[in-house]
Amino acid sequence: MTHATASQTAGPYWHMIDFPAWADLLRADGPNAGAAGERIVLTGRITDGSGAVVPDAMVEIWQADPEGRYDSSFHGFGRCATDAEGRYRFVTVRPGAVPGPGNSTQAAHVVITIFARGLMKGLVTRAYFAGDARLSQDPVLALVPAPRRGTMISTPSDGGEWRLDIRLQGAGETVFLEV
Amino acid sequence: MADPTPYAPIAPGSQPPLDLPSYLSTSLRHPKAEPVRIPTTVTESSAPRFAPAWYAPHADLSVVQGKAALGERIVVAGRVTDENGRPVANAMVEVWQANAAGRYHHARDRHDAPLDPNFVGEGRVFTDAEGNYAFTSIKPGAYPWRNPGPGWRPQHIHFGLHGAGFAQRLITQMYFPGDPLLDFDAIFQGSGDEPARRRLVATLDPALMQADWALGYRFDIVLRGRAATPFENA
Repeated sequence: MTHATASQTAGPYWHMIDFPAWADLLRADGPNAGAAGERIVLTGRITDGSGAVVPDAMVEIWQADPEGRYDSSFHGFGRCATDAEGRYRFVTVRPGAVPGPGNSTQAAHVVITIFARGLMKGLVTRAYFAGDARLSQDPVLALVPAPRRGTMISTPSDGGEWRLDIRLQGAGETVFLEV
Repeated sequence: MADPTPYAPIAPGSQPPLDLPSYLSTSLRHPKAEPVRIPTTVTESSAPRFAPAWYAPHADLSVVQGKAALGERIVVAGRVTDENGRPVANAMVEVWQANAAGRYHHARDRHDAPLDPNFVGEGRVFTDAEGNYAFTSIKPGAYPWRNPGPGWRPQHIHFGLHGAGFAQRLITQMYFPGDPLLDFDAIFQGSGDEPARRRLVATLDPALMQADWALGYRFDIVLRGRAATPFENA
């Protein structure tokens, strides 16, 4: 068995592969034009161990469709760059709950991956949705110490936006997942 | 629904640490807590499918609007497999790099080296049914960075791959054989054990050389593989 190729940092110049349109999964000229579902904005700010914003990160999302399927025609992938204030922002649809291990069900979630200068590997976390009745039964959240679960639960704000701030290091550090 | 066959755990030594003191930018950006290991669910075993209709391939970086870029023209080709040796077909491979003078076509690159009007340095290709990919480019130059040491990064091409499962997502860098800067590069030297570092270095491949046209480098890439046997729950 050959081991996987080592990950390397995306570096400061990854914007060579930044295509800003990809941040809008529902764009009119994209693969999900006219897709059914509840339109949402998923946004937040990324900060480092000193509390400084991370203005050069590459953020990707991966999610199921509103029925909780990954194998439908819905293309659940997006990418965006954080801006000068460290903000990422995606336009998408709210995903459905998806199957979990055994007979369990995972609460609706969007996977968020962060690549950046200073990150030798991508960091993977999830955005769940506050108020979702399935959160208490989610098999992945159950693996996270209770006081830290909130770092993976986005909260609604005015205008249909769901917000999840991400702290790479230190107080309130986001829970990252080894998948 | 049966559970997905889990991905094998990450082999010790095969990957860099997030906390790498010799690479200063990691100091405030690496998480202090250990990651939470989760089972492979359908979220991690499925992955986006990148239809070329929406993600147009662009396999020749060496020419812009019919005009040739400056530098050593190279063909880079290789095979993408998983840790079990199975080819990864239809993988989207994105590449980006500096030009022959070591300058990125990027607003934040302040290096005092010339831009090449006939070179951008961004490409996208897909693997075929056997996992093979290839693109044409220009050998990138070394460029300076602010980190203790000689202050120059070795010549490299950035690679981003999406495989058949989200857990296979990889961003890496390809280096060139014999580059003396490799011995001093904090990122390369911090990339795991010696075999892990060796896998990041391409080989000059006579079979890819084209007389009077291009040098050829081979860079094979291995993505995560599924465990040989499913986990047994006692």
